[in-house]
Amino acid sequence: MSTPETTPEPAKMPAPDEVPSITSAASTADAASPHTILDDDSPRSPASPAEIFRVFNRLALQGFGGVLPIAQRELVDRERWLTREQFLELLAVAQVLPGPNVVNLSLMFGDRAFGWRGGLAALGGMILAPLGVVLVLTVAYTRYAQYPTVAGALRGMGAVAAGLIFATGVKLLPALRKNVLGPMPAFAFVAVMFLCIALLSLPLIWMLGGLGALAFAMAWRRLKP
Amino acid sequence: MTPVLAPAPTGSAWGGVFAQFLMLSLLSIGGAISTAPEMHRYLVDQHHWLSSEQFSAMVAIAQAAPGPNLLFVAVLGWGIGGFFGMCVTMLGILLPSTTLTLAAARWGEARRTTRGVQSFVMGLAPLTVGLVLSTGFILGKPAYGDPWLLATMIATVIICVRTKISPLWLIAAGGLVGAFLG
Repeated sequence: MSTPETTPEPAKMPAPDEVPSITSAASTADAASPHTILDDDSPRSPASPAEIFRVFNRLALQGFGGVLPIAQRELVDRERWLTREQFLELLAVAQVLPGPNVVNLSLMFGDRAFGWRGGLAALGGMILAPLGVVLVLTVAYTRYAQYPTVAGALRGMGAVAAGLIFATGVKLLPALRKNVLGPMPAFAFVAVMFLCIALLSLPLIWMLGGLGALAFAMAWRRLKP
Repeated sequence: MTPVLAPAPTGSAWGGVFAQFLMLSLLSIGGAISTAPEMHRYLVDQHHWLSSEQFSAMVAIAQAAPGPNLLFVAVLGWGIGGFFGMCVTMLGILLPSTTLTLAAARWGEARRTTRGVQSFVMGLAPLTVGLVLSTGFILGKPAYGDPWLLATMIATVIICVRTKISPLWLIAAGGLVGAFLG
């Protein structure tokens, strides 16, 4: 489609292990959009839902404190199932939709490759084994929580976890400079949101319904063609 | 240290929990963790099924373990009602968003460049950032009374913003600080 950095092959040469449903799914989407996910740009494709499960399981179990960086490394650099651009596009869509970003990303990737079976395989691979690990830790926590050292350690880890999340927010701030709302209004929205949620504990749905609608309207106006 | 907690939910209260998490799933734009303030309000402030400390500890467990951050929802469910509670909260948080994702992904992908989708993405971006910051602030609440923990949290923010060090090391360091100083 856009920039073929590869040699101009007599294109559309499916890898031997490639499943026809992938290319057909991509070509139907082709009609509507110039960029598609899992189109022929990606060097390789998953061979089966089982392989998707295996790879997503592996990357989830490596993701301490967040899976996203690992997902990019595994899917783009190691398995080469997605180009960097395709990964970013998937992520952008995953972020717009409600639900955990990484889970949405897995689901969409699996679904594009093998329909709902692929989606389920990716989701299961992403969640099942880590769920087991986390439950073991939880049971251990409830058993040992009365020991001051354990409770203290958890408090310390809690403080770090809170700091990590706050830092994620801080790291996202510069990206708002390019927002169509303009930097000042965008930062004002951040501040109002923080005030209302963190300090006043207002229900989230009010904020998304009120402030969200205002922000949407402002963006809509500024995007006037 | 432990405030009086309400007994675990029963019967129709589970229906309420399920409904709450179904709704949160649809609101979890920007990730499940961005609905943590709302879960905190519901589980801790409103129903007293968990203490604020337990809530933060449970999120910390999920953060310390490998896997998506979403799993803190499973731990919260386990905390209020064991295996059954976990199934209620996880199904609640996953069903609407996965269904919607499967249905809407192609639709949104095809219209990614349209004005409506762009306005939605751009307009919601600053709210998402505000929500992430709020989440960090609220989860840090148990640390604000303790100078060591507060210092740990502030140091974490600075180190995480300035360096690329793995979160695992920070969490381990936080555990040590909490065990011996906090």
